Amino acid sequence: MAEIRNVFDIAGRSMAAQLVRLNTIASNLANAGNVAASEETAYRAMKPVFVTQYADTVKESGISTTSIEGITTTDRKPERVYMPNHPIADESGFVYQAAVNMEEEFIEMTETNRQYQNNVEVVTTLRALMMRTINMGK
Amino acid sequence: MKGISEYLDLHSTALSLRSKRNKVLASNIANAATPHFKARDIDFDAEMQKAQREGPLRTTSNKHFPVLAKSNGKEMLYRQPLTASRDGNTVEMNVEQMEFSENVMRYQTSLTFLNNRITGLLSAIRGE
Repeated sequence: MAEIRNVFDIAGRSMAAQLVRLNTIASNLANAGNVAASEETAYRAMKPVFVTQYADTVKESGISTTSIEGITTTDRKPERVYMPNHPIADESGFVYQAAVNMEEEFIEMTETNRQYQNNVEVVTTLRALMMRTINMGK
Repeated sequence: MKGISEYLDLHSTALSLRSKRNKVLASNIANAATPHFKARDIDFDAEMQKAQREGPLRTTSNKHFPVLAKSNGKEMLYRQPLTASRDGNTVEMNVEQMEFSENVMRYQTSLTFLNNRITGLLSAIRGE
């Protein structure tokens, strides 16, 4: 990864991470109603793992941003639902519903949205300050 | 030249410190959702005092160059959270937002002072 130099790197990469998080939430919500033939093949909610990425140089200590280490799936078990008429139901008439908690995803979506906005706000404010600094003495 | 840079020194030091602090606060806001992240901050007053106390190096011969010794390594502190969160993250969004907006406001204040001094100098040079 390239070096973190200015506020655009800080906020930009954090926004990228938040966007990945938003994408996983979208996938989770899209698959929320899905059913599968077995517990193994049932959909499990995906979650990104955030890590802090620090600036390399000593001069820039305290400067850091967020990056995504990887994406894991939750260990919540898919729900076993009795649906004997379903075409993919197993021999005892059960299907396995995707392990997605809708409320949890919605709340996380709101939180992600807020944090994305905060980063945008930081960039907007500091960009205005930079413009004013450039025009100093005029 | 030394006179002018000395004349602007206080506010330019404040401006660069404020700018550094802005970056640190932006980092805190960027890491609001990262587990185990510890929010950092600079003690502005202490750093400002440090920068002023050091000042220009004393020259004992007229062949010495005057060097402005600025404290480069800012002392980074950790913020004490008001209420600790379970995931070990000490970023409190409301606190960071308030600190950030205060810092931005003070940056603008320093900028205004600097601007006034520069326009003052310019009108003195032009003799208006």
